[in-house]
Amino acid sequence: MIEAILIGLAAGVVAGLLGVGGGTLFVPALTIGLGLSQLDAEATSLLAIIPVALVGAVRQRAHGNVDVRTGAVLGVVAVAGALAGVAIANAVPQRALEVGFGLFLLFVAWRLVARALRLGGDSEAGAGAGAGERHH
Amino acid sequence: MARMAGRRTLRLAAIGTAAGLFSGLFGVGGGILIVPLLVLWCGFGERLATGTSLAAIVIIAAVATAAHGAYGNVHIREGLLVGLPAVAGVLIGTELQARISARSISLLFAAVLGAVAVAMLAGL
Repeated sequence: MIEAILIGLAAGVVAGLLGVGGGTLFVPALTIGLGLSQLDAEATSLLAIIPVALVGAVRQRAHGNVDVRTGAVLGVVAVAGALAGVAIANAVPQRALEVGFGLFLLFVAWRLVARALRLGGDSEAGAGAGAGERHH
Repeated sequence: MARMAGRRTLRLAAIGTAAGLFSGLFGVGGGILIVPLLVLWCGFGERLATGTSLAAIVIIAAVATAAHGAYGNVHIREGLLVGLPAVAGVLIGTELQARISARSISLLFAAVLGAVAVAMLAGL
């Protein structure tokens, strides 16, 4: 119980710091800390994410860090993508999905590091809601 | 200009679809894809990308929770037990983010991405 609360707190800090939902930490908190099954933990984790993302988005909006229109478009499109994902998960071996997405995430991480090193500490200069395209 | 707007829409659609796929396939929110792809493909700064990602996640998580709730898999008490401390955490996290450089956010994010990727490849 106490570990579930502590992991929840940590998940929130990560969510605010990096703009993710925190589900990757909520799920183990719910299975290991509170004894839920994997399926129930994944479902319950999504419930926990709602207030976290909402409060985080409101705070970030006060700092001028939310493009509301883009967020709404992404959210709606992602719902359609999630439905497709559930269908694919039932048709393609889980291992193939893990390897494919794992490699894609590694590629994205590498691009992110390369960009950060190229732009230095000033990577946010000139970027904003209206910055559609950037070429270097 | 119209072509640029069209390409931007296409990219947003690709990011949303990828985030949704990831979410549906692995049962997590899509933020781990939304943030870096907004930065790399749409020229968003790190802070704007993370804030916008949170706004998108509110919608994704709300719909997914309703879907799971229909099957009776959502435990409200347990959800609040981890979710409420996490709300306190997210306030700390956003304050922390305001105090570090955009580059540090990118590098931290890349580290998390790398860790998740390795865990997936190792089959953990």
